[in-house]
Amino acid sequence: MKNFSLLSVRAGTLFFSPAAALVGAFVIVPFFWVIFVSFTNRTLLGKTALNPEFVGFDNYVALFNMETFFTRGQFGFSLILTIQFVLLSALIGQALLGMILAWLLQSTPKYVKLFSESAVIVAWILPEVVIGFAWFAFLDYDNGTLNMLTTALGLEPGDWLLDNPFWVIVFFNTWRGAAFSMMLFNSAFASLPPSYFQAADVAGATSFQKFKDIALPLIKGHVVTDLILITMWTFNVFTPFLLTQGGPSYRTELLSIYTYRVAFKDFEFGKGAAVGVVIMLINLAFALFYLRIAKQKHKGAE
Amino acid sequence: MASISFQNVTKSFGDFNAVSNASFEINDGEFICLLGPSGCGKTTSLRMIAGLETPTSGRIYIGDKDVTGLHPRDRKISMVFQDYALYPHMNISQNISYPLKVRGENEATRGERAQEVADVLKIGHLLDRLPAQISGGQQQRTSLARALVNPSQVYLFDEPLSNLDAKLRLEARGFLHHLQHSMGMTSVYVTHDQAEAMALATRVAVMDQGRIVQFATPMEIYRKPATTFVANFVGNPPMNLLPVEAMVEDNSLKVKADGLEVVALPMHKSFAEAVAINPNITLGVRPEHLRATAEEENVVRGKLFANENMGAEKLVTIERPDAARFTARIFTDDDIILSEDVALGFSSQHISLFDADGNRLALDNE
Repeated sequence: MKNFSLLSVRAGTLFFSPAAALVGAFVIVPFFWVIFVSFTNRTLLGKTALNPEFVGFDNYVALFNMETFFTRGQFGFSLILTIQFVLLSALIGQALLGMILAWLLQSTPKYVKLFSESAVIVAWILPEVVIGFAWFAFLDYDNGTLNMLTTALGLEPGDWLLDNPFWVIVFFNTWRGAAFSMMLFNSAFASLPPSYFQAADVAGATSFQKFKDIALPLIKGHVVTDLILITMWTFNVFTPFLLTQGGPSYRTELLSIYTYRVAFKDFEFGKGAAVGVVIMLINLAFALFYLRIAKQKHKGAE
Repeated sequence: MASISFQNVTKSFGDFNAVSNASFEINDGEFICLLGPSGCGKTTSLRMIAGLETPTSGRIYIGDKDVTGLHPRDRKISMVFQDYALYPHMNISQNISYPLKVRGENEATRGERAQEVADVLKIGHLLDRLPAQISGGQQQRTSLARALVNPSQVYLFDEPLSNLDAKLRLEARGFLHHLQHSMGMTSVYVTHDQAEAMALATRVAVMDQGRIVQFATPMEIYRKPATTFVANFVGNPPMNLLPVEAMVEDNSLKVKADGLEVVALPMHKSFAEAVAINPNITLGVRPEHLRATAEEENVVRGKLFANENMGAEKLVTIERPDAARFTARIFTDDDIILSEDVALGFSSQHISLFDADGNRLALDNE
């Protein structure tokens, strides 16, 4: 078949070049630059700032130094913390909550559905700085809304950010991101013919049986897509920094925050770049896995 | 099996009354067709029996039990859907036995029952396939098998044959008729196809704009349509309808119109009353009761419009001076030669009369 194109090659190149220049300058060049820097001991200050030396795999070896690997504030601790964070806030929190919400909303009256969806989506579309501050104000020990509520109910006020910082960011990220999963599952459920569920109703199925036997198997592809996407997003998320700055004492220092600290607070560019490269490799693995699943789905559909 | 009873059932969607104050009884073992054009409320009525819709007012009984507010699963019903509603990720056996699965039957029993029912419906060799791997007719049978696998009090059909092509539809229709006849199951069947309703039903409920216009046996509906709507909806081609003027003369009723010779009918009490109120009534004649004639009385005249050969019969259509058309169904093996002007004759015992509001005027022999 002949390919019809909207533009001539020359015009196409012309339109393409500004975007290509920007992507080149801010994505592709830094990509290789980071890989290069990760093999040096470049810093912001001192003589290595001017004349960084090539140190081979020293930065990587330091990251994976088993003696300090699991110590707080080290790479391994952040990596494990991030994995826990992804499991709890993305896979269990966002996906499960989104799924439950989406399923419950299938059979609720229209206005309840509209109200709940709006509430969940607002949490998703508000700017990060705004909700970061809002949560900070909500959880404050002395004047926070949450402690006012608990004391009004006659309970002890809690210093949430100090005592349970990890659970705070898990809860925060679940609240923040459940909307995406909910919307995705909602539209997936809506794409199923209503007669599937009516036939099940007549057959005598309970709501849970309809979910387990019919809805879930039929939206399996959507679930896999959702899980991979939110895993990648949560793995790279930086917003909890607005709540805890990675603290107290590194207890909420996710990988993204760890990288930020090493590179831009401790100014060890070389080491920071090495962490960046490792994160990039992990993301690459996710992306390849995702593409592979997407391809299989595509094949299955044919 | 059980009877079904509708008592003053109304279903509104906002301002729109899908079903208005419907009351009827369906006896145990009957095959009822709800017949009407789209939007007449037939599917809504069926869905209220199933419990997929709740009436705005009125009560519905299955057997002696008031099921008005009950969940579908508590009604002991089975239903076949227009789109079959087969689950694409389950094979045919799993699809058929799903009603048993949700009621906690073990796997061996489910497999056995699915095999039994599938064998009856001649799809026993397809049990391992997925719905996408079998034909439309086989899918239809699968959805029928799923309805039959669990003994129910009432079987509901929502236009189950409308997705099949013409030949398969006839075959499936005959099969369904045979099945219902041999099992004697109480069935309610929704269709917009009058031929399907005539062929299958023990009684037909013709619906129009949320109301049941006529509820009678197929033959009665065909021979004595209660309104011009029924007359026009049932039969293919439908009953010929002609606005006429009526008058009472010499103790008999005479009707006339342009191009229509006077028709004289024995007088009847209901005629006199109706004609006294409004002499503009409607005359109806079934196409098969018309024949080419040279007589002078009881004839409709017009110009030949079309002469279609259907094989067993011929459809001769004439156009009258007022542009209304009259179609005759003439059963003959001979080629009929018609001139430009055609006179179609009928006998006065084969006509229907409707008053100005479209309601049937009873004839003497009724």
